[in-house]
Amino acid sequence: MKEIKVLGSGCSKCIKTAEFIKSVAAERNIPVNVVKETSPEVIMSYGVMSTPAVVVDDILMHSGSIPDRKKVESWLK
Amino acid sequence: MLTIFTELADRITFSLFGLAPHSKLGGAVHFFIEDTAKIFFLLVVMIYFIALIRASLNIEKVRDYLAGKNRFIGYFMGSIFGAITPFCSCSSIPVFLGFTSGGIPVGITMSFLLTSPLINEVAVLLLLSLVGWEITLIYVLVGMGVGIMGGLFLDLIHAERLLQSFALKAYQSAKPTVSKDTRRPTLSFRERHQFAKQELLDILSRVWKWIFIGVGLGAALHGFVPVSWIEANLGSGRWWSVPLAVLLGIPLYSNATGVIPVMESLIAKGLPIGTTLAFCMSTVAASFPEFILLKQVMTWRLLVIIFALLLASFTVVGWTLNAIHFN
Repeated sequence: MKEIKVLGSGCSKCIKTAEFIKSVAAERNIPVNVVKETSPEVIMSYGVMSTPAVVVDDILMHSGSIPDRKKVESWLK
Repeated sequence: MLTIFTELADRITFSLFGLAPHSKLGGAVHFFIEDTAKIFFLLVVMIYFIALIRASLNIEKVRDYLAGKNRFIGYFMGSIFGAITPFCSCSSIPVFLGFTSGGIPVGITMSFLLTSPLINEVAVLLLLSLVGWEITLIYVLVGMGVGIMGGLFLDLIHAERLLQSFALKAYQSAKPTVSKDTRRPTLSFRERHQFAKQELLDILSRVWKWIFIGVGLGAALHGFVPVSWIEANLGSGRWWSVPLAVLLGIPLYSNATGVIPVMESLIAKGLPIGTTLAFCMSTVAASFPEFILLKQVMTWRLLVIIFALLLASFTVVGWTLNAIHFN
């Protein structure tokens, strides 16, 4: 199962990002574990400066905006 | 070109609503309609076009640029980048840590973070259209000045000692960042348009309520508070009015977009420019919710120092401008 972390300290876009990824995964019946990571220390450790950022299986894939559908789908493959 | 908004407000207020041009309510309603229409129009057009141009600037580039710069150029550039980089308070923590772990001194980072809420393209534009270029210029110079001096001061007192320990550790163990490939492929117009559209929606969804509140307050002031009252009670002869304005600004929490219509109205009512600017900057920059966020990376002592520093500099700026303007 894919481990997906959404990095961001509580901004509304971060919540939307997490929900969006969950909904895309649910549509395609792909089991994922989406967690929100708000600790500044952890966010720093990924070198992220603009949130929301998305980490898939410990690799930083995206930062700075709500990702579009195409991108999310490519992570779930 | 902007007179069409005056005409629009004339039509709606006096013809459609039938309010008398010199009545208090008429004045307030006219102010409200003219300013909301003008501000929304300018915002939509300008945010979009500026975002088109800005699409290729990202925060990583700013960091790479600031890292390893001479200190004094650093404060200045930190402040400039603070002014031109779009910024939402929810990203202040990651930006702070990103800069710090890249070895950028705390003072330069704070020059960036202090200037950022004060000056942005939307604020400058509103100032230009509502209060004229002279006050806009003063506002920008003061905003950058506060950011630069604040940063300089924080490095003089070695503010990094007062960071939370994990942030201090990250700063001390920072290696000069070898920029990971930050070059983006050149953007096509469609990508720029997409970015600009998102920016526009994002900024509008954040600021629209501030515009209504700000313009509403401005309109109430405009219609119902007599000039003579402001002159008599808050005029330039009253030195205490400046610190009072700064203190009043603390619990009032707004962003620049909401406070500028209030500023327009206050200046038109004869409130001295120094007092007005002190009030507005305090409202925008010295707000508790944003300071509490910084607690995650700083100790209370440093937070109190920065807060006091802001209040003191707004007061000094207010006094200075009042003195220059009225002697």
